[in-house]
Amino acid sequence: MQQAMMEFWDGLPVIMQIMTKIMMIVGPLLLVVAYTTFAERKVIGYMQVRVGPNRVGPRGWLQPIADSLKLLLKEVIIPTNSDKYLFLIAPVLAIAPALAVWAVIPFDDGMVLADINAGLLYLLALSSVGVYGIIIAGWASNSRYALLGGMRSAAQIVSYEIAMGFALVGVVMAAGSLNLGEIVMAQQGSVYHWFLLPLFPLFLVYLISGVAETNRAPFDVAEGESEIVAGFHVEYSGMAFAIFFLAEYANMILISALTALLFLGGWLSPFEGILPESVFALPVIGWLLGSGIHWLLIKTAFFLFCFLWFRATFPRYRYDHIMRLGWKVLIPVTILWLFVLGVAVALGIGPWFA
Amino acid sequence: MSFEQFLFYFFSVVLVGAAVAMITVRNPVHAALFLVLAFFTSAAHWIMLEAEFLGILLVLVYVGAVMVLFLFVVMMLDINVARVREGFVRLLPVGLVVAVGMMVVMAMVVGARVFQVESPGRADGDYSNTKAIGELLYTEYVYPFEIAAVILLVAIIAAITLTLRRRPDSLYMDPAEQIKVQRKDRVRLIKMEAEKK
Repeated sequence: MQQAMMEFWDGLPVIMQIMTKIMMIVGPLLLVVAYTTFAERKVIGYMQVRVGPNRVGPRGWLQPIADSLKLLLKEVIIPTNSDKYLFLIAPVLAIAPALAVWAVIPFDDGMVLADINAGLLYLLALSSVGVYGIIIAGWASNSRYALLGGMRSAAQIVSYEIAMGFALVGVVMAAGSLNLGEIVMAQQGSVYHWFLLPLFPLFLVYLISGVAETNRAPFDVAEGESEIVAGFHVEYSGMAFAIFFLAEYANMILISALTALLFLGGWLSPFEGILPESVFALPVIGWLLGSGIHWLLIKTAFFLFCFLWFRATFPRYRYDHIMRLGWKVLIPVTILWLFVLGVAVALGIGPWFA
Repeated sequence: MSFEQFLFYFFSVVLVGAAVAMITVRNPVHAALFLVLAFFTSAAHWIMLEAEFLGILLVLVYVGAVMVLFLFVVMMLDINVARVREGFVRLLPVGLVVAVGMMVVMAMVVGARVFQVESPGRADGDYSNTKAIGELLYTEYVYPFEIAAVILLVAIIAAITLTLRRRPDSLYMDPAEQIKVQRKDRVRLIKMEAEKK
């Protein structure tokens, strides 16, 4: 059976193989996005002592389906005097990079669509392109609120990209590679080998700038309901609005997955090197405790939960405070830690740099 | 035509088209976006030349940062198109002279012997362009590289000092001061006699 399936797979044209792989990444991703919106409403609901959505389907489980159907059937309104083409291209420019980055994310050892050697650079480059969707949407809408939202977002993303890039430089220095798979494998050994310990300040900087890059609370001044209504997507309706939503949540999941990959050893099991080898040889328990894609999913889910947690906990930052935090706090911290790292790598301090 | 050739011609057509559109469209925002498209397609060309590091860096630096700031400025401007086009005929001769001069210089550079090198063959699978550039930059060209970095730093500092000015009339807050504040700094209790009826 397995033999026959392998033969069938190898017999497929290359383009079909690639398409199948893409579908296997994008399909579950969109499903996770849909249920992240549900989880967000539920989690924030419980944190605020409410129940959250509970009407559609058993315990509200069909809510995201109902939401997406509603958005699909709504009319896309194009404002008068808006730049029609740019107005419609903007959502595409937001979602395309958000999906394209997933090409280089490894889910397990060798389980990656494009195993390119400059994977981390590709990731940084594409995530910086995502801002175009937002600024073009802001400008093309012919609305003051939208323009203000777009401007805020542009300045914010460009500022936090520097801190984020520096944090990634630290990871690259520690792992000695730009390939994401190799970065994970460099953390092999045990929990103590994960980059979380030696790169702890960079981990914090990365997480904070990740939240800022995705325009999530408490850094969501680009949307800032109380100040500029809904920011850059105030004029969007129906599916065009839904696509911005999709892009934002896909980016959130990406940042969570990346934090897990870069600092928490990705698919590596936390029990590795702690439990004796014989445990991993057990039939089901061994698989559960051993390294595998499920550990990556668990870690990603944890950081995704943190995103929702932050939103329920922190009040929105003021715009100038965001800039101050980015330029005067996060960037100096990363530069300092890069010096420390440089010394540690030069001296070969174990177990990470030995 | 192989798939690679198809890609090359496809990206070339888009690149040239975007470059022409960039200088002919009237709307400055559209022009900036066409420039972004031109950068993107030239990055694709670089990647096809197996220089993936340069290609990705072009997207990261120019598309991801420089052009975003550029758009930021352009969107803020209220450019009067009619006034910009006013001097078109009057300035045409000057423009032509500059254009011809630049073309001559470019032809001299492209035609020079130094640039006529054999095209290198295909690199093998595990060749890493990033690694090759890094090794060269940090060994052979380490001093020019460091000097360029220092010059850039000086330029940044100069630009900041040129634009930095203290404005006594603008109000700003110091978050550290705000956090340190205590009750006795803010609240003053005054003992007063009760007013007579």
